[in-house]
Order: sequence, then structure tokens, then C-alpha cells
Amino acid sequence: MRHSDRSTFHPLARLLHWLMAAAIIAMLLIGLGMVASVSARHDWLLAIHKPLGIAILLLAITRLVVRRRHPPPPLPADLPRLQAWAAHASHWLLYALMLAMPLIGWAMLSAGGYPVTLGAGLQLPAIAPTNTTLFAVLRAAHSVLAYALALTFLAHMGAALYHGLIRRDGVLASMIGVRRKTSASN
Amino acid sequence: MTSPSSSRPGLWRWALVIAPVLLVLLIIAYVAGWLSPHRLTPDRFINQFQTNGGVHPGLRRNHAKGVCVAGYFQGNDQASVLSRAALFADVRTPVVGRFSLPGPNPLTPDGSTPVRAMALRFALANGQQWRTAMLNAPVFSVNTPQAFYQNLVAHAPDAHTGKPDKAKIAAFNAAHPEMAPFMAWAKATVPSASFATQNYGGLDAFYVTNARGQRHAVRWRFVPQAKATDPTGKPDANALDADLMQRLANGPLRWQLVFTVAQAGDPTAQAATAWPADRKQITAGTLVLTRASGQAEGPCRDINYDPTILPDGMSLTDDPLPPARSAAYADSFRRRTAEEAHLPGYPAAKETH
Repeated sequence: MRHSDRSTFHPLARLLHWLMAAAIIAMLLIGLGMVASVSARHDWLLAIHKPLGIAILLLAITRLVVRRRHPPPPLPADLPRLQAWAAHASHWLLYALMLAMPLIGWAMLSAGGYPVTLGAGLQLPAIAPTNTTLFAVLRAAHSVLAYALALTFLAHMGAALYHGLIRRDGVLASMIGVRRKTSASN
Repeated sequence: MTSPSSSRPGLWRWALVIAPVLLVLLIIAYVAGWLSPHRLTPDRFINQFQTNGGVHPGLRRNHAKGVCVAGYFQGNDQASVLSRAALFADVRTPVVGRFSLPGPNPLTPDGSTPVRAMALRFALANGQQWRTAMLNAPVFSVNTPQAFYQNLVAHAPDAHTGKPDKAKIAAFNAAHPEMAPFMAWAKATVPSASFATQNYGGLDAFYVTNARGQRHAVRWRFVPQAKATDPTGKPDANALDADLMQRLANGPLRWQLVFTVAQAGDPTAQAATAWPADRKQITAGTLVLTRASGQAEGPCRDINYDPTILPDGMSLTDDPLPPARSAAYADSFRRRTAEEAHLPGYPAAKETH
């Protein structure tokens, strides 16, 4: 796929970004909802949670590969250093969490002795030994990191809107796919 | 939008930055139940068990008193017309089970209740599992998680007397005529001195699907082969474990798994109501238990007998109880494993019990 425009993300990167944005916010809400419900919702949300988590894991790996082949456009040169640092740190935190959460969930079910079923008779192997201490630690981590992911997501969304509406520096446009006007507008 | 970016952004722009963030926060708060203090959640369920029975770190929040058993299930292929689940073929499937008494108190005297429970986990050769947690009653006490919760609240110890308020229990019973069949059974039943002689039923309705994709609603029971030699008097406080060990020392204990097939119109969402007695029954095989061990060190300790863990060929109906049990058992399992792991913020589990 040709992509000569260096001011926007590669179309595949954009597609992956928005797919994952929808999947991750859905996943956070599904996770929070299912552990707070005793109705039939608990079971059908859980039935979505597991395959969607694996889908996010696969998408995140794909995204890292795409990112390697098509590096993202640079941040605006005039971005204050602290903001630039926060931008890089929060992005790597997001990547770490979107990889870690599905793996922790999968390992947690393995450690708890649960079969890891994805529906339609599909079953994943255990990736951790059956061990309740390990289960307890992973179960707690799955909750804590879910809140961390929710907060990072909110910060990311707020920052994107800040770039798009306050700074109007083309950062949000680069992920929406709108070409940045020539640098003369700066 | 034509103003140059160097001009001061208007307030409305800041509002457009902040409002979506607050909106997502609000949605998260709603979904997580933070805005609905009266929503019945797994957390509130388990808290109520703790209110009623105290906190016993490392133990199940309900059915705290129990004993581990193990053995196998020998299928006979007769239930393959009902379900394609692999364990119903002519195969042997390993089982880890647990007998227990109801309630959150691990020191419940065996004679204090006629209710006995049997939970089983079948580990199928294909990696799938079937987990079921059953009672020796013919029907469940109530139809819904809400009623079950309100029943717990009605049985909570009174702040002044430290004992349940009989007036509240009577009021709950009067408001729940669905309890009548269970109450009649409980009143007429002498607490058994043996787990081995009891007939355990799944009580909830599930669907089974066969290899041709045909689906039926069923209930199941494990019918004991051991002779009932129950004495008429109340058993001693810990008679059940001793009886189990003694019987197993003399040989394996057996139950036949019998499915009852619903007819059109039989309610699947009313576990407190029995189906008519003439429904078709199919014997699926024999459960053979060969050994027992204490629950502190036995293989059942680390198993959450979540009744929604089903193999391919079995599935949930509209019965509202299994999802609630799944959610509440998961929270009980989360708490007791955190206690065993000595995670900060949890009371430490005793090393032996």
C-alpha cells in the first residue's frame, strides 16, 4: 500500500486505531458491567469478553508490526517537551496495557483452573499452571490495570481533543486522515 | 474555524474537550453500578452472606462446610440422543467433587439442616469441562436471584438480638408462595447422616443439544445406589464426613445420572417448581466416587463449581439463577483466593481448617 503523505498515519494504522478504540472502550464497559451484574447479562457479556480480548491481543500485535513498517508522523516541533514526553509515555503505556490485559485475563483463567473457551467450541490452551495464589494476583492485576487502561484511555482522548480543538496542530487530523495544510499555516 | 490557531481558544472549545471525557466517565460509572446503590451485584450478594455468617477467610462464602471427593463418570451413550457432550458417550471421565452443607458457617452442625449439596467437575478428554452444583432437594427454594437475596436479608441477624428476626422471615415467606414446595420438603425431611444416600438435583433447567443440532430443555439428578439406612434421630455435628470415609473404605459410591426431558410449556425459568412426574427420563451413566479428602488440602479446594461452565452440547436457558450463581461464585472465589494468597486488604486465611 502506497502512502507517501508523511503528515498523516498510514491508512492501515488508522483503520487499526479506530477499530481498537471501539473494541477497547467496549471491552472496558463489558468488563465493568459483567462483574457488576447477576442477571443473564453477566453470562452473555462474559461470552463476548473472552473472544474480544483475544481479538484485541491479535490487533495490538498487528498494529505494532504496522507501526514498525510505517512509522507514525512526528509530533509538532513546537510541542512543549513535557507534553511530547507525556504523549510518548502514554502511547507506550496504552500499547503495554492492550497487550497485557488479554494475556493477564488468559493466564488468570488458566491459573484459576477454568477452561478458556471462546465460544463455538473454540478452546485455548492454558498459558499458566493451575495455582490459586497466581490466580489471586492476576485477578487483582486484571482489575487494577483495567482502571489504569480506562484512565489512560480518557487521558488519550482528552489529549487528542486538546490537540484538535485547542492547539489545532494537526495531531488529531493525522489520525482522522485529514491532510495537514502546508507548514506555512504555522 | 477560520480564526488563526494563535488566537485564544474559546470556552466552547474547552467544553468540547472536557465534555466527552466526562461523558465516558459517566457511562463507566453507570455500567459499573456506582450510580445504582440498589442494583443487585455479585459484591452485594457476597457481602450479605458475610453479614449473615461472618467472614471465614479462605473459605467459600456459601456452602463453607464441605469435603472433597474424586472418582469418575462412566457414560453409557444413551444420553447421546440428547447431548453431543463427549462425556455422555461410552467413555470414562475423571471427576473431582465436593459434598457440602448450605450456609456461610464452616462449623454448621450436620443435624441443623436437611439440605446436602454435591458439586462435580467433569474434565472431558477434549479439554472441555462440565461443572454442576446440586442440592438433595426436589426443587430450589426460589425462582430468582432477587428473591434469594431478599431471603438472605430476611435471615440476617438482628442488630439487637444477634439472631434472625422471625417476623422478617415470616413476611418474606408470605410474600413468596413459590417457596411452598421447597419448604414442605425441608419440613418433612430428616437430616441425613450420609451424603452417600442422597439424591442430588441440578434443579435449574439447561438446554442439551445433540449431534444433529436438536435442542431440549432438561433437568438432571444423581440418583444414589447406596441403600438409605438413615437413622431417625439427628446426626452428630460432624457425622457426615465420618460416614463418607467409612463407606469409601468399604468401596466406591455410585449414583446414576438421570436426565428429565421437558415438554413444551414446562417452565425453564422456575427452579422452585417441579415438572410433571411423567416426563421422559434418560439414564446417562454412572458416577463412581472412590476417595475423599479434607477440603483444606483436597483437590476440590481450588475449584469454583460455577454451574455455567458447560461442555459443547449443553447450554443455558432463560433460568435466571445460573448466571447469578456464576457471578456470585466468581466473587466468592476472588475473595477466598485473595485471602489465601495474603493479598493486601484481605483478611489472611488460616493455614488449616
